[in-house]
Amino acid sequence: MLEYSRWKYLVILLVLVLSVFYAIPNAFPQDPAVQVTANRGAKVDAAMQQRVEAALKKASVPFKSSAIEKDGNLMLRTADDDAQSRAAEVMRAELGGGYVVALNQASTLPGWMQALGAKSMSLGLDLRGGVYFLMQVDREAALAKRFEATAEDTRVLLRDNQIRYTSVEPASGNSVVASLSPGQDISKVRPLLARDMPTYQINSTDDSITIRIPDAELEKMLTDAVQQNIGTLSNRINELGVAEPIIQRQGADRIAVQLPGVQDTAQAKRILGATATLEYRGVIEGNAIEARDTGNVPPEARIYYRKELGPDGKPLPILLNKRIITSGEQLQSASSFFDSQSGTPAVSVRLNSIGGQRMFEYSSAHVGKSMAVVYIERVPEVRIVDGKEVRSNRTSEQVISVATIQSTLGKDFQTTGLESMKEGADLALLLRAGALAAPMDFVDERTIGPSLGKENIERGLTAVAFSFIFALLFFLVYYRMFGLITCLALLINLLMVFALMSLLGATMSLPGLAGIALTVGMSVDANVLINERIREELRMGLPPQKAIAEGYDRASGTILDANVTAFLAGLAMAAFGTGPLRGFGITTMLGIATSAYTAVSVSRGIATLIYGGRKKLKSVAI
Amino acid sequence: MKPFNLFPYDSNIDFMRMRWVSLTVALLLMVVALGAMGARGFNFSLDFTGGVGVELRYAKAPDVDKVREQLEAANFNGAQVQNFGAGNDLLVRLQADGKQEGGADKASSIGDAVAKAASLAGNPAEKRSSSVISAQVGKDLALKGIYAVLFVIIGFLGYISLRFEKKFAVAAIITTMHDVLICVGWFALSGHEFDLNVLAGILSVMGFSINDTIVVFDRVRENFRGMRADPVTILNKSVNQTLSRTVITSFVAFLSMLSLYIYGGDSLRGMAEAMIIGIIIGTLSSIFVACPLLTMGLLKVSKQDLLPKARDEEALARRP
Repeated sequence: MLEYSRWKYLVILLVLVLSVFYAIPNAFPQDPAVQVTANRGAKVDAAMQQRVEAALKKASVPFKSSAIEKDGNLMLRTADDDAQSRAAEVMRAELGGGYVVALNQASTLPGWMQALGAKSMSLGLDLRGGVYFLMQVDREAALAKRFEATAEDTRVLLRDNQIRYTSVEPASGNSVVASLSPGQDISKVRPLLARDMPTYQINSTDDSITIRIPDAELEKMLTDAVQQNIGTLSNRINELGVAEPIIQRQGADRIAVQLPGVQDTAQAKRILGATATLEYRGVIEGNAIEARDTGNVPPEARIYYRKELGPDGKPLPILLNKRIITSGEQLQSASSFFDSQSGTPAVSVRLNSIGGQRMFEYSSAHVGKSMAVVYIERVPEVRIVDGKEVRSNRTSEQVISVATIQSTLGKDFQTTGLESMKEGADLALLLRAGALAAPMDFVDERTIGPSLGKENIERGLTAVAFSFIFALLFFLVYYRMFGLITCLALLINLLMVFALMSLLGATMSLPGLAGIALTVGMSVDANVLINERIREELRMGLPPQKAIAEGYDRASGTILDANVTAFLAGLAMAAFGTGPLRGFGITTMLGIATSAYTAVSVSRGIATLIYGGRKKLKSVAI
Repeated sequence: MKPFNLFPYDSNIDFMRMRWVSLTVALLLMVVALGAMGARGFNFSLDFTGGVGVELRYAKAPDVDKVREQLEAANFNGAQVQNFGAGNDLLVRLQADGKQEGGADKASSIGDAVAKAASLAGNPAEKRSSSVISAQVGKDLALKGIYAVLFVIIGFLGYISLRFEKKFAVAAIITTMHDVLICVGWFALSGHEFDLNVLAGILSVMGFSINDTIVVFDRVRENFRGMRADPVTILNKSVNQTLSRTVITSFVAFLSMLSLYIYGGDSLRGMAEAMIIGIIIGTLSSIFVACPLLTMGLLKVSKQDLLPKARDEEALARRP
């Protein structure tokens, strides 16, 4: 009479097992940990690990364990937050600038569970504390840079074609105006410009030419710049060693950066705000080590240092020409690939026309000689001196690649002879990510303490717990046996939401917790619909088992309609919202989906288990 | 054993009789809400307006609640106080008038004033830095909000038209918008702070409201198909039949939002407030607005509207 197919029970069982499995990681506490990542030129190895451990023992800072993880970083676990911050201090002092020491949370989940994709929910800024930055691209400066570059390209073009000019300057109205010297043939210039800058609008009068850059092109340039900046920022944040950073584009020209778990604003700002660039310089032959030791440097050369270490454990020196061939300003793109001709990994670089021209001139005169890529970083430093903030810049220069010029190079050229594909990819990444494509300003910064997070979690959980207890008590009193079934369904629903959120790697935030409280409300609705329907059918005189089946069937349609519409509202929030809106939307959607399933399927399964077997059921406790 | 019941079986309240009254009240509420929005505007939080952020350092860990009280007393209304760093540091964020013009100097002088006001007895606050912070959400939010509302309207319209009928879809959307409007109007009228969480609360009111309306409409559809009676009787019957469900669901949802309001802390209070109002209005509107709309003018439903097949057969029968 009242039946429920066996496979549906199997599905319920499976869902239940999976939900428990994927919800469990949230019950495992995370260890406060300190993570060490190597900067360029430094290495995380056993020797360094021993050094750190010895330093910690000397400073009598207790720690639970230290291990070099699969990703090549050192993870040092501590027992509490206090030990964590003390350990980080000791380690920073011991390791110095070669390493990035960052606070982190280490999972204590057994390896086999992690292998199956189980992880705990990541906690948002409001629950865990951390730093929030909002950065905005300086539109004006970015555009000005572009106009200046166009003007420079034009100057070079005119010079190369022996056309004299009095000035080439950016002018108002998204344009560059070139004024020619008297007696120059303007009709010769137009086709030249049209060839080199085909998408630009070119208008000429008797003695001047106006080059207008179309708005669409400028917009595209800004969009690309923001995109490239996001790439640059994420590379830099990786250097910080932050777990689960969030880097989002906001609107046309803003980037939001959230670094959960980071408390040191100065360090975060230093890395995010750093500007880096590249220079290509010719290598001067000679004994660099001798030059370094004696101070006897050839007049046209300067000593630079490579990232590789020499036999004496110091970076290898190299003599480079004082004159720059071309710099990162002129770099348009870079990508790594495998060069089948030389059989080695390579990096392909594209320069703009000025850079290409200079590269051509230099390389055609120096085939067979070496050329070096120098990576230059300007790192702003914030120190507190006498209670005042002092900002200064430190510049670091490092030779990241030395290659032989095989043939004349132009705008597009390749650097071959790299050791591995990884090195190639890293170099391309550095080349691309080195500089911010457009200058950025910090428009907002917030630091949220972890203590606030603890308070928030407690409050949020208390709220969810109370809303849950209210609902459960009400149902037990009001619907009796079916109240119990409803309660079970609600609990399973909550478990499913937690499991799904963890599995999807969704970030749990305070509004997310509120979303879960709302989920309880939604889930209640579906169950109430079913229970009221069963009561109604009973009142109409249907036998109990028939009434139960009928109640579930009839309510299912209503639940579907009501939930699909509510789901759409959640989808709108998730799709168009950012920050808390988005988190809230996602939780609501998940909650609606799981509550529909638990109410319609799971609770029916339980009801059938209880009432289905009896031959002569007289009454139902509802 | 007789079930425990909040409502008598076969309640038969004539909701439709007062439909003109209830619709007029709904309309008035909407006018008041719109008027409040126009006349008073919103007390937008820092999320929307930006302001000044001041970092304070104390000699020993300060009592955050005490600092809040003191700032309130010194007329720094709506200042947000958070601790960060080692626990001796506080971040105070507040709205400041004319922050755009004054720039850094203004931020600095505000910072000094805040440090003075926030100093506790025997535990003075020292200003470490103060800076102008911009709004978290820019103009793009308005545009996104419009997209979201359009998405929801088109989505509802499509789904409800498909599963029910166009008139139901329009009535449901009007009801939902009515609820959202009143909810938003409440925040304009009361002058309570409007932040991103409140916005999330108001958007989810939309989900709750449509949910409630659809449940009633679902019964209306069922009854239209199965009962022989005039539309007004059917609508009345449907509301009465779903009344106990409506009240129980809303009651429990209300309780869960109440717990959020009481125990959720400052940051969730606004959201819970929005939802509590939304739940009350949403419940009432599904009874007093949504169903009455189905008896009015262009939205007047008839049995034929819900029996598309029967209509086709009729059309076929009329053919020679």
